Amino acid sequence: MSELQFSEESLLPDAATLERLALSSSGFLFDPVSGHSFTLNETGRDILKILQETRDLKALKQQLSDEYDLDSSTLDRDLLEFLGSVRDQLRRP
Amino acid sequence: MTDARKPWVKPSIVMHRSGMVNKFGSVQRSQWQDQLAGVSVAALVEEHGSPLFVISEQKLRDNARHLLHAFATRYPSVRYAWSYKTNYLGAVCRALHQEGAWAEVVSGFEYEKARSLGVPGNEIVFNGPHKTRSSLERAIAEGARIQVDHLDELYLIESIARETGRRVPIGIRLNYETGYTENWSRFGFNVESGQAMDAAWRIANSDSLELKWLHSHIGTFVLDHRAYGAAARIVAGFMNDVEQKTGCEIDAIDIGGGFASHNALQGIYLPPEQVVPSLDQYAEEVCTPLLEATYERVARGRPLPTLILETGRAVVDDAESLITTVVANKKMPDGRRCVIVDAGVNVLFTAFWYNHQITPTRDLTGAPEETVIYGPLCMNIDVIRKSILLPPVRTGDTLIVSPVGAYNNTQWLQFIEYRPRVVLVHGEAEVSVVRERETLATVTELEQLPPHLAPTDHDGQSPDPSR
Repeated sequence: MSELQFSEESLLPDAATLERLALSSSGFLFDPVSGHSFTLNETGRDILKILQETRDLKALKQQLSDEYDLDSSTLDRDLLEFLGSVRDQLRRP
Repeated sequence: MTDARKPWVKPSIVMHRSGMVNKFGSVQRSQWQDQLAGVSVAALVEEHGSPLFVISEQKLRDNARHLLHAFATRYPSVRYAWSYKTNYLGAVCRALHQEGAWAEVVSGFEYEKARSLGVPGNEIVFNGPHKTRSSLERAIAEGARIQVDHLDELYLIESIARETGRRVPIGIRLNYETGYTENWSRFGFNVESGQAMDAAWRIANSDSLELKWLHSHIGTFVLDHRAYGAAARIVAGFMNDVEQKTGCEIDAIDIGGGFASHNALQGIYLPPEQVVPSLDQYAEEVCTPLLEATYERVARGRPLPTLILETGRAVVDDAESLITTVVANKKMPDGRRCVIVDAGVNVLFTAFWYNHQITPTRDLTGAPEETVIYGPLCMNIDVIRKSILLPPVRTGDTLIVSPVGAYNNTQWLQFIEYRPRVVLVHGEAEVSVVRERETLATVTELEQLPPHLAPTDHDGQSPDPSR
């Protein structure tokens, strides 16, 4: 019987999607495959920028903790929600 | 060494949607305020808890004075009667009575409350379709201004008058078509059908009743001020007609209430600033036809009938706000953000028909997102705002809901949660508690447990299946 495991990897948008996204410094995001565009706030923009450079959750958390004044449980909670939202929105046709 | 790290703002992503542009302009930068009537919101919450109703006594008094000024500068004889059902907190009523307002009540309970607050009977306007014999007996004995809703009440008053050997002055409530509002025909006597004139005839033929006042109340949150012009013309016309036909002498016309406040009704696209008439506009509509219709009577040396106003909402609504605290953030499957706050529809009854203004108490950063604001009740109907553009908020953030002074402190329910404290800001930013928050004792005070259901030492153990 295989044990169900939660993979942190599964939180992140897949590598191909991250690579194709056009992200401007003002937080404007464009997905050339779906044609959808989005507005990210400053924190959201920083998160996606880091993920485009390194698709690594640990590194992402470390970098955000270095740059932002917040505790680890707030970071975990907000990342869980935000990354879910990003995955969901980028999946839409 | 100081921490140079940036403040964390909840990350957000908002999809652009075509065809949803607001033709009146782009999203405004969020406005915020951290004080209510000159008192810090944070300090209020720390001392009195959240949610918290906050009333500004000064604003309440200013509104009452503004109303009276608008009418008294256009018509020489005006009297204001405070509509108890709109907000019968003792502090609200007393402040308005100190401003010279009579009481307008619609039940035996409200009558008792007005008397307990020191209002003499002859300064109480007694309206409504249900007046019990005992409340009528008291009102008659104390000289209250009774306005009759139906024939059964008329006959009941006549029987009390005969029993007590009094001649009782009364008013009748009229209903009619203004052409601008739906006729509230369930209240009073209809003018067009002749019902009102029949009632006046019946009163004229009574040895113990006297028709002295005419009352009408055309609706609630009436946005078309022209409706009041039509109402004043019809009531004044009826007054002239009924005096001529029955020989009575009317000394007051009560135009009721119904003026809109600066709240946003759901389903109305334009903001209150653009659709709600000013008190001066309402006053102009009422007073001009009244003066025209009474011109002859003044020429004959008779006094003008007193104009009585029962304005509730437009006086109290923006004098009160509700502070509520964010308890959770959620993301809905359709992408909308949802915020759960600690004040629900049990204390904010008006959330069912208004899009209340929601004001943050700090400068919220981040892009505004479409957000639903839910209350704390475990009930699907507990929605404070169905849709509002709001930047991300944190748990513990406070929001100000306004205006909430009309009908919430009377229609609220003790349901699931305790009702919160109400405070009054007065003088130099002094704060007084005017209604205490509820406790378990408040809720259970009127309950009784039959002895066989009383808690025992055995509670918590499994029941004996043999019993």
